[in-house]
Amino acid sequence: MWEYSERVKDHFFNPRNVGSLEDANAVGEVGSLACGDALKLYLKIDPDTQKIVDARFQTFGCGSAVASSSALTEMIKGKTVEEALLITNQDIADYLGGLPKEKMHCSVMGKDALEAAIACYRGEPAPKELLDGELVCECFGVTDKEIREVARENKLTTIEEVTNYTKAGGGCGLCHDKIEKILDEIRAELRQSQAKAAAAPKVMTNIQKIARIQEVIDKEIRPSLQKDGGDLELIDLDGAKVKIVFRGLCSSCPSSSLTKAGIEAKLQELVHPELVVEEVTA
Amino acid sequence: MRVIYLDNNATTAVAPEVFEAIKPFLQERYGNPSSMHFFGGSVSREVTKARENLADLLGVTPGEIIFTSGGTESDSTAILSALSTLPDRKEIVTTRVEHPAVLNLCKHLARFKGYTVKWLSVDKEGMLDLDEVRNAISDRTAIVSIMWANNETGVIFPVEQIAEMAAEHGALMHTDGVQAVGKIPINLKNTAINFLALSGHKLHAAKGIGALYLRKGTRFQPFIIGGHQEHDRRAGTENVPGIVGLGKAAELAKQNLEEESSRVRSLRDRLQEGIMSQVQFARINGSLNDRLPNTLNIGFEFVEGESILLKLDELGICASSGSACTSGSLEPSHVLRAMGVPFTCVHGSIRFSLSRYNTQEEIDFVISQMSVIIGSLRAMSPFGQDKISSACIVQ
Repeated sequence: MWEYSERVKDHFFNPRNVGSLEDANAVGEVGSLACGDALKLYLKIDPDTQKIVDARFQTFGCGSAVASSSALTEMIKGKTVEEALLITNQDIADYLGGLPKEKMHCSVMGKDALEAAIACYRGEPAPKELLDGELVCECFGVTDKEIREVARENKLTTIEEVTNYTKAGGGCGLCHDKIEKILDEIRAELRQSQAKAAAAPKVMTNIQKIARIQEVIDKEIRPSLQKDGGDLELIDLDGAKVKIVFRGLCSSCPSSSLTKAGIEAKLQELVHPELVVEEVTA
Repeated sequence: MRVIYLDNNATTAVAPEVFEAIKPFLQERYGNPSSMHFFGGSVSREVTKARENLADLLGVTPGEIIFTSGGTESDSTAILSALSTLPDRKEIVTTRVEHPAVLNLCKHLARFKGYTVKWLSVDKEGMLDLDEVRNAISDRTAIVSIMWANNETGVIFPVEQIAEMAAEHGALMHTDGVQAVGKIPINLKNTAINFLALSGHKLHAAKGIGALYLRKGTRFQPFIIGGHQEHDRRAGTENVPGIVGLGKAAELAKQNLEEESSRVRSLRDRLQEGIMSQVQFARINGSLNDRLPNTLNIGFEFVEGESILLKLDELGICASSGSACTSGSLEPSHVLRAMGVPFTCVHGSIRFSLSRYNTQEEIDFVISQMSVIIGSLRAMSPFGQDKISSACIVQ
């Protein structure tokens, strides 16, 4: 027995916006009888305002599939197409007070149907059709591109999670190695992009660094010093050493070392994490 | 809220007589049957009586009964014993529709232990092809393991006949009798069946008790090794309350089997006719002729099983489904798929399984609700709208 939230039960037993919409100008269909769940979403979009003025659904599926469909129609009514497209599957789950983790694919189905309906409205092919990719899970017809997209968006790290969100791997299990490989690749990409982000300052040239240090000093540091009757001048950059001279009241201020530490922290944050500040006599 | 319990193939209510029989053994009569003193010895006599009652239900001798923890342990014990006593034979013959207790053990043995498993298919009524069975059994077969009755559809297999085929090749025959014992008459005495697994909680005894029938003269290797209990065939201090309860449940089953099964059958048939006459686009899964008297499995087209169960649950009606969504996996019932039940129907299959405690009034209430439930779900479904809009509910 699944532990469904009260909101899920409410939307299952009292579904909102059930049925077809005669004058719909956008229809999205996902899933199939063979898969065990399917959703047909009807939207009426005002061409002038791009607002979704009405939404209806027909769903074949379990309690959480019906509830996700009902929630989706409530969430998108009154929104513009652009606003509606910002809704994620997690938003649908959150709206319902959460879904059992094995049922997250129901929220993904809602999002897919919405994207399909809007693509239909715009005269584009359904996003799922664009996800040609390589078929990974033959039981549920899931491609590698689809798995990548959902895994990235929901930060999935295990085969079980991928199955919960996309159904891929939930049948015969023969594709588990392939899913593991995709997850490895996503993990490698993530590591690479993190490393890149961390390495970014290192690729600055000395001239770029000096220019950036000067900019930070002028904009972030000097104005506050000047308010107290002091000032500061950048003399030189020697490797990671930023050589400065205090002017005005700062030069005799007993807390200038504290000020120096503050400047160093600022430069480390905004220019390069290895910079150190050194006070010199001019 | 009152509960209408129609999920007796999953588990059953403990019979009041069984509960009464168990009680002293959870309270004052806590002795160990292996002890030498009177306090334990008197308990031992109760275990003996329970063994006699169970043997009587199966038409065997008490020495052929080994108490276990349940159906799964009995299945594992039988199959692994056969494989170790016939070490030169590396093949197992079984069906695609077994309970996971046998199915997954056989998959494991094939994948990790190097055995070859011959998987027998079933036809669209869930029946075996006896020629296929005969062809699958050979002198390489160590064990043939075929359930007596299927838990999902109630279909009964001719295991006595298949046991003869196994014997011709010197192979051992095991049957998972968990669903059959207590529901249909069973007399193992004149059969060639070597092992039968049964479970207490399917016949109104408690959970955690089961038994293995081991035909006299069958070579045996125990599964759980340790003390001398069960004549060195199953170690561990006896589950006395469980055993006493199973003995009582067996006695009740034996006394009432004929009368009860005909009463349960007529209720099941009433439910079947009631639903089938009121709901269109429904089909019965499983042979109408060779079926347990208590089981009814119906596939409803264009709707999904979990949704049906949720609506039933709201009314206090307990049933189960072969739908993917209810199993925790994403795969619909392996039994229905092996039978080739079309996808339009497999996800919408519901199993009702009755017991002696159901009443006609309960059945009539369920009948009155089914057409409403299926109708409301079909009104929501994107499938079959053209077909059912006018035809779905016959008021």
